Amino acid sequence: MIEGQETKVMSTRDAIILAQSEEMRRDENVFLIGEDVGIFGGDFGTSEGMLAEFGKERVRDTPISENAISGCAVGAALTGMRPIVDVTFMDFIVYMMDNIVNQAAKTRYMYGGKGQVPVVFRCAGGSGVGSAAQHSQSLEAWFTHIPGLKVVVPGTPADTKGLLKAAIRDNNPVIFMEYKAEYNVKGEVPLDPEYVIPLGKAELKRTGKDVTVITYGRMLRRVLEAADAARDKGIEVEVVDLRTLIPLDKDAILESVKKTGRVLLVNDAHKTGGFIGEISALIAESEAFDYLDAPILRLAADDIPVPYNHALEDAMLPKPERILKYIERLVERR
Amino acid sequence: MAKLQKDELLSMLRKMEDIRNFDNKINQMVRRGLVPGMTHFSVGEEAANVGAVAAMHEGDLLTSNHRGHGQAVAMEMSLNEMMAEIMGRANGSCKGKGGSMHIADLDKGNLGANGIVGGGMGIATGAALTQKMKKTGKIVFCCFGDGASNEGAFHECINMCAIWDLPVVFYCINNGYGISTPITSVMKTKYVHERAKAYDIPGVLIEDGNDVLAVRQALEEAAEYVRSGKGPILVEAITYRWFGHSTSDPGKYRTKEEVEEWKKKDPIEKLRQYLLAEGMASEAEMDAIREASHEAVEESVRYGMAGAQPEPESAFEDIFAE
Repeated sequence: MIEGQETKVMSTRDAIILAQSEEMRRDENVFLIGEDVGIFGGDFGTSEGMLAEFGKERVRDTPISENAISGCAVGAALTGMRPIVDVTFMDFIVYMMDNIVNQAAKTRYMYGGKGQVPVVFRCAGGSGVGSAAQHSQSLEAWFTHIPGLKVVVPGTPADTKGLLKAAIRDNNPVIFMEYKAEYNVKGEVPLDPEYVIPLGKAELKRTGKDVTVITYGRMLRRVLEAADAARDKGIEVEVVDLRTLIPLDKDAILESVKKTGRVLLVNDAHKTGGFIGEISALIAESEAFDYLDAPILRLAADDIPVPYNHALEDAMLPKPERILKYIERLVERR
Repeated sequence: MAKLQKDELLSMLRKMEDIRNFDNKINQMVRRGLVPGMTHFSVGEEAANVGAVAAMHEGDLLTSNHRGHGQAVAMEMSLNEMMAEIMGRANGSCKGKGGSMHIADLDKGNLGANGIVGGGMGIATGAALTQKMKKTGKIVFCCFGDGASNEGAFHECINMCAIWDLPVVFYCINNGYGISTPITSVMKTKYVHERAKAYDIPGVLIEDGNDVLAVRQALEEAAEYVRSGKGPILVEAITYRWFGHSTSDPGKYRTKEEVEEWKKKDPIEKLRQYLLAEGMASEAEMDAIREASHEAVEESVRYGMAGAQPEPESAFEDIFAE
């Protein structure tokens, strides 16, 4: 996947800074806007050092006004700029919904194909840092329900760089999801400024013939851990990392399901109404259904508000041991 | 303000006639079942629209609201394409996908009508940020109704424009009602423009928003202030809509007397009287303008009627940009 590339080990956070900085050097219309993106370097440090290079016009601190921030970004995008909005905690996007759902997503369509709204909303989702119920949600499924939006959810530092660059270059509104618990996770990241991963392409993070596990974002690391443990038990797990929810790489999903006949879906969002339910329906409605040797299984966060205490917080999430148990359940089924 | 030349005044009269005739025509067509969806009319608010748009310079931008016909016509958008769009035809400005509430003409600087109350305010803020970052010297006119002044977007966007000195004329067309709710019953101050104080920006009242010359003068002064780089301004014009909120509104919440009283303050009649008194145009000349306007509106109906219904497949196009 990143063979033949000059790489450097860096955190997800630094991959974000790198992607943004490269795109801002490449295109003067790109700018960063949000609360505390300037001297503070972003609530999660994702614009650390950028003020010094790009100045306060292009690394633009705002009032605490999510409605105006999002509306301003949409208006700037419609008139030729390419804003990146640091939403910070994904929960705050609730205050931005009109501008994203009613304006950005529909403008081009309502105008009969005229105009475009190239804007990226970068959201820090998920739990894991003790930030409790109003600062821990993974709300990606909401946006997959709105035609006109793209939804991108990387699971590694390298994918974060390549997909964020693609999102910034895309001519449509993109919801770009990050995870608070993943900002410090390190990995090899290509240094090529043209390392851009096309939106809508899943990646097989492991290949295997026995079970398919489909996941994205924060759960990828846990799934890989479970897949490695399964290998030790002689089970070959194929891990499909969706990377982009909209547009969705349906071919990659169905191909893998046809190959293994057994599928587990994993995400860190609440189970009810979550995006993996959609994947389940997609498989059940497709020709891949005939290849299934076991019922489709889902592992997601339980349907409770995210609690504060670390032990409680993790209790609601799929853990590698539980993922492994589900993999074994699928294999045992004859 | 220097006295306007005759051709300038007659051009404004023509646009006001176009707004009225266009919307009156649509109202008839609604009754004949030729308009498939929701529309909102600008009749009665012609001066508030034409006077404001007259203050725009080449390259300036405008955001509109759900009652956007008046601004679009004043900006010389094609009546044919507008009419076809409101009729839902394939030759409409949005290929029948937007309708009355999403009339837009990006080439002429109209960033679009908007079905969400206050929805244009963020877009205007961002459009103004673009002008400032690209140093174009152009400004943005953000048109909204009295109802939008109670939205959170009003506060957040005016504050943002004020702190960043963004070039926006926030222009409130106060027609007195948000559907059935009198603005005076949902606002503690008497006027919307008084709220400018809270943002330390100028607030301007146009007491007679049916006087197109007063509107134009106030908006030219406001635009000049904004163009000078001093930041946004909040202007309010008092006017009245003659029709209901939309085609489905029987208007139970206001008296016949009140409506009749406002009809006596007809903005078109007011401009005609001015032109007569100044000896700048004769009745016959102005009647000819009205006649030409009627003909242009009839032509737009013919254009719309000649337009095909959109192919069902076209519903699946134009969602994403390449």
